[in-house]
Amino acid sequence: MTDPVALSLADGPLFGLPLDTLWFALVFAVLGTFLFLDGFDFGVGALFATRDAEAERETLLAAIGPFWDGNEVWLVVFGGMLFAVFPSVYAALFSRHYLLLFAILAALLIRGLAPEMYEQRHDDQWQTWWGRAFVVGSVTAPFFLGVFVGNWLFGVEEFASAASLLVGLAVVALTITDGATYLGLKTRGDIRIETRPMGHLAQAGYLLLVVAALAVGGQSASHVSLLSLPTLALLALTVLLAAANVVASRRDRHVLALGAVAGQAYGLVALVATLLFPLIDPVAGLEVADAIVSTLPLNLSTIAASLLLPLVATYFVVLYSSFSGPVEDEESYA
Amino acid sequence: MIDPVIASRLQFAVTTIVHIIFPVMSMGLAPFLIYFTWKEIRTDEQVYEQLRAFWTQIFAISFVVGTVTGIVLEFEFGTNFAAFSTAAGELFGGPLAVEGMMAFMLEATFLGIFVFGRERVTDRLYMLSSIFVGLGTWLSAVWILIANSWMQTPRGFEMATKNGQPIVSLVDPIAAYANPRFPWMFVHMQNAAVLSVALFMAGVAAYFVWTDRDTQFWRKTMKISLAVLLVTAPFQAIHGDAYGRHVADTQPQKFAAMEAQYDTDSSVGLKLLAFPTSVSDITDPRAEELFVIELPFLASILASGGNPGATITGLNDIPTEDPPVAIVFWSFRAMVGLGMWFILLSFWGGVRWLQGKLFEDDLLAKALVGSSVLGILTVELGWIVTEVGRQPWVIDGVMKTSAGVSPNLTGTEALATLVGFVVVYSLLLVLYTYVVLRIIREEAPTDPPKQAPADPPKPAAETPESAEGVPSDD
Repeated sequence: MTDPVALSLADGPLFGLPLDTLWFALVFAVLGTFLFLDGFDFGVGALFATRDAEAERETLLAAIGPFWDGNEVWLVVFGGMLFAVFPSVYAALFSRHYLLLFAILAALLIRGLAPEMYEQRHDDQWQTWWGRAFVVGSVTAPFFLGVFVGNWLFGVEEFASAASLLVGLAVVALTITDGATYLGLKTRGDIRIETRPMGHLAQAGYLLLVVAALAVGGQSASHVSLLSLPTLALLALTVLLAAANVVASRRDRHVLALGAVAGQAYGLVALVATLLFPLIDPVAGLEVADAIVSTLPLNLSTIAASLLLPLVATYFVVLYSSFSGPVEDEESYA
Repeated sequence: MIDPVIASRLQFAVTTIVHIIFPVMSMGLAPFLIYFTWKEIRTDEQVYEQLRAFWTQIFAISFVVGTVTGIVLEFEFGTNFAAFSTAAGELFGGPLAVEGMMAFMLEATFLGIFVFGRERVTDRLYMLSSIFVGLGTWLSAVWILIANSWMQTPRGFEMATKNGQPIVSLVDPIAAYANPRFPWMFVHMQNAAVLSVALFMAGVAAYFVWTDRDTQFWRKTMKISLAVLLVTAPFQAIHGDAYGRHVADTQPQKFAAMEAQYDTDSSVGLKLLAFPTSVSDITDPRAEELFVIELPFLASILASGGNPGATITGLNDIPTEDPPVAIVFWSFRAMVGLGMWFILLSFWGGVRWLQGKLFEDDLLAKALVGSSVLGILTVELGWIVTEVGRQPWVIDGVMKTSAGVSPNLTGTEALATLVGFVVVYSLLLVLYTYVVLRIIREEAPTDPPKQAPADPPKPAAETPESAEGVPSDD
């Protein structure tokens, strides 16, 4: 027996909307949110390597302490959404890049565990090793994630290609930019002053690496059309936002600068999405319209996301406004 | 080289067995933390602030380890079980996506406030944060168990073809997601989590009582956890009995494996205690050959809901290959046995409490210390019965586990990650244990009691479950 509500939800997409394309965009938007938000956690983790003083290290951990867990959940939501609306793509991508996915998981495990462990004991050797683990996890997690996205975009079937390795490095550069800009907002004094030029260097590196990745990857992947209007527009926008970040952070306009980094994170996933579209899995030659789930589960996922994502946005507003402003001296991670 | 099917199944077993420890800790602690926070704000008593602050530390480390091991499971459906994910994504993916958005987000964001924000936010927002964190952990269980229970009692679907591949297509979401198994699983699991944490808390408190270092803090911990134990331990047995009946109705093959029943028979007794008489009984238990102390007719009564002469279908009369009977049979027995022990333990504590001698019985304290992690072990045994007992099916009667594994996965790859997990997760367990023990040793308040410690036993209405609204009885 099938109930009437389910029947009418199975008739066609809600309000006749092009839900397949909208979901394709939403899945990448969620990935972009993860890249921006957990990006500054990764960046702070990488910059942790540059701080030796115990108090400064505590400040860095305190700057991301209340946030990183929630930020990481965007990756879980990305995976869940891909599974729910493009199940065959989720299955094909994750099983094709088997070892890479477990490399990502291992890096995330080390990154998540290290700050907790770091705070458990205050002897030097223990903190040196867990501090190193934190740095390694914070650099390798975005690197492997970038390689995964590069493999997806360029249709790479092996562990990695030159182009996807460049995407991995580009993502690391973006997260370091993100982290340095975030520390401008959340810290004072030496940390803010000394990490700023590192962020600017990473920002320049990011631009070069993105262009290099596209130039290398575009040659071998015929579906990637580099000289199209959207591609060029997104690249131009990225350069503008990078400049805006550098100028704004020099003038201590930290919120503006962080906004410019957020724009670049969303710009990167938008670039990947537009270069792929209408394909969603270049290796299988699968298009978005063919990979989407049936109408009924698609409509249900649409309703769920429309109700829940605005709520989730509220949680983040409450969280970030509860801990607004730079980290206080007495605050620590523990 | 190892078969990728076997390696993938072993890997999923290892990763879930390790992962489930941490959600049990966080789901079980959640109602206690809400209660402590509420009492702290309402009464301003120092002991509640200490209780909240101390157990939040255990919660926080459990949550972090639960997060990093939980993402692994979400990814493993794609990496190791791609054929299953492609075929069942329409039904199975949705609950996982909703779990992320509805539950995990709520928990992870408000946990930031709950762990770091006591001095930063108002009492009202802090109280709300504790409720949202707890709600998040429990909603997580709702969606994960919806997904799992659908595989045990699949409903609301039809077979279809998409891009040339057979898939399970969703036709009736209410039937699929409100499937018959879900309410049984949810109540059994949540009560088990609270019970396991109550045992853990009581065990830790008892250690300090036994070694004569009991402060007001530990006495309070002991009393609150014992009160919870007195409700949850008997309830788990009553509920488990009815749950067993439901399994017999819906998954006769699993029920037959739980009872090692090979021949179809009527008037079957329930094997309360089973003793192997030879080595082969351990590895290959058969109802007909074991030395058992059994309750006559009870398996028949259980399976049929009251008919002592009811027939139980034996494994020999079910056409598909058997699940690993020995694992299911012995795990089930160990689970039930431990459950009975928890009831006994709770009554023992209850009697001592009424006599006013709760803190003077060293043997009780030792028993509680020895039982502190047995609740979690029992949850593991229960899940082994559920998951091994449903084999060979990944979706009961619809898709076999062997057909769900990623087609392009090689034995080498699967073995490499399996070995990696065994090594990394062993270290993880060592670290987690180390951290929890360190918190217990070093972070517990040592203040001498400020008020007279002899609180009268609290009536059930003030135990944490009723504050959280956990069903306490049927």
